[in-house]
Amino acid sequence: MNEPQVRELVPSVIAVLVRRGADFPSAEDAVQEALIRALETWPRNPPLDPKGWLIAAAWRKFLDATRADISRKRRELAAAIEAPPAPQPETDDSLWLYFLCANPMLPQDAAVALTLRAIGGLTTKQIAQAHLVPEATMAQRITRAKRRLAGQPLDQPGDVATVLRILYLVFNEGYSGDVDLASEAIRLCRQLVTLTDDPEAAGLLSLMLLHHARRASRTGSGSRLIPLAQQDRSRWDTTLISEGVAVLQKALARDRLGEYQAQAAIAALHADAQTAADTDWVQIVEWYDELLQLTDNPVVRLNRAVAVAEAQGPRAGFDALTGLDPEVPRYAAVAAYLHERAGDLPRAVELYGAASRMATSVPERDHLTREAARVQQLLRS
Amino acid sequence: MKYLLLKHYRGAPTPAGAAETMEHWTPAEVDAHIQYMRDFAARLKETGEFVGSQALAPKGAWVRGDGEGRPAVTDGPFAETKDLIAGWMIIDVESWDRAVELAGELSSAPGAGSKPIYEWLEVRPVLTETPKATE
Repeated sequence: MNEPQVRELVPSVIAVLVRRGADFPSAEDAVQEALIRALETWPRNPPLDPKGWLIAAAWRKFLDATRADISRKRRELAAAIEAPPAPQPETDDSLWLYFLCANPMLPQDAAVALTLRAIGGLTTKQIAQAHLVPEATMAQRITRAKRRLAGQPLDQPGDVATVLRILYLVFNEGYSGDVDLASEAIRLCRQLVTLTDDPEAAGLLSLMLLHHARRASRTGSGSRLIPLAQQDRSRWDTTLISEGVAVLQKALARDRLGEYQAQAAIAALHADAQTAADTDWVQIVEWYDELLQLTDNPVVRLNRAVAVAEAQGPRAGFDALTGLDPEVPRYAAVAAYLHERAGDLPRAVELYGAASRMATSVPERDHLTREAARVQQLLRS
Repeated sequence: MKYLLLKHYRGAPTPAGAAETMEHWTPAEVDAHIQYMRDFAARLKETGEFVGSQALAPKGAWVRGDGEGRPAVTDGPFAETKDLIAGWMIIDVESWDRAVELAGELSSAPGAGSKPIYEWLEVRPVLTETPKATE
């Protein structure tokens, strides 16, 4: 059994402990400890029944911890120990765990961390590495998050949209360290799709798959960012694209459109174009119009302006920018692109330069600096 | 011994090399510069001398407290004339001389016309936490 398979057991083992009467924070801690033990010992000494092993180990850790803390938890202990472990139903309904970890009471970074640990089955160390923070800091973030959840009912259905937002955040964190959070987000979203019939869950899964399919072509040597139009499309993962499109079609057929489905539809249209020139910009603009109806925000408006410029020319693109605050991230980058398309190269150089100073990541900053240099070179020649 | 290497957007002495801003380099020169920086960090990881580094956005503000119950006071954006830090790297090396040698290398990243930019870097010893055994 490899590490991802072990991790998959985590949410259901937490659920078993909670059904036996353990409180969620202690159950989650106990399972984390059992998981670390499993990752250490299983490679040498694999158990016959991995899930049974994890349940037994985690239950033992839970009892030990509860005993150690006996004065404070006396009554809970009595309740937990007296209840004989009931025969566990084999249905694996861990949807409540998704809702709990994504509870809107939690700060988003804490919800992300808790989701990765309790549902993703990652260790605190891995989560800390992926977020470039010290392990002790991450452990504390998770502990505080669980403390905030004290007293929250476990069996209440929550809002799927909050869960999707957290998974989308995880996806966008990409990968640093040895854990690939984008793949992890896809795995968790796949599970979620089996637990809920909300078409937006399928919409998000489709969006992630279509986006992930382009990953290999998105960065060049030295982590340099390659924009969509210049990507080597032969390197796009066609298996992921077909799956993403199939998931999306099924979701759209439900006729309950949402923002993730609309974004996935745009991603699907890009994936469908053999070359950048084949892109169906007219249809993409239509989807952006739908998206604006669903969620009017500056990011959507900026991306729509680019699509409008491709479909109808740079003038229409400028019109689409009207009313947007020039201070929003990427405004200058989009304006630079439109000026370049309109043939105003000096202004484009200036704006790419300004955009690079407003960039929020190193790859984005470097890319925009290079764009400024590229247009400057056009001007010289 | 740990040293902090500070790169400035503004406020450092005038560089000895060409001072044109990156937008005026060719794309190839921009790429070569970025690659040099990456290779430098990779090499220090290899030699066990790299601790960490981060790049900083130019925007930000001065902030101070203003008494209980009142929100903190901010003073920003920074004035154009003000010293402005662009990023930092912490290295863990054997001696001050080695820190200076490495800072010199980092400062020699290629710029316009593939010539080294020779920008000034600020090098500061980090105070150690452990008291000496021979107190």
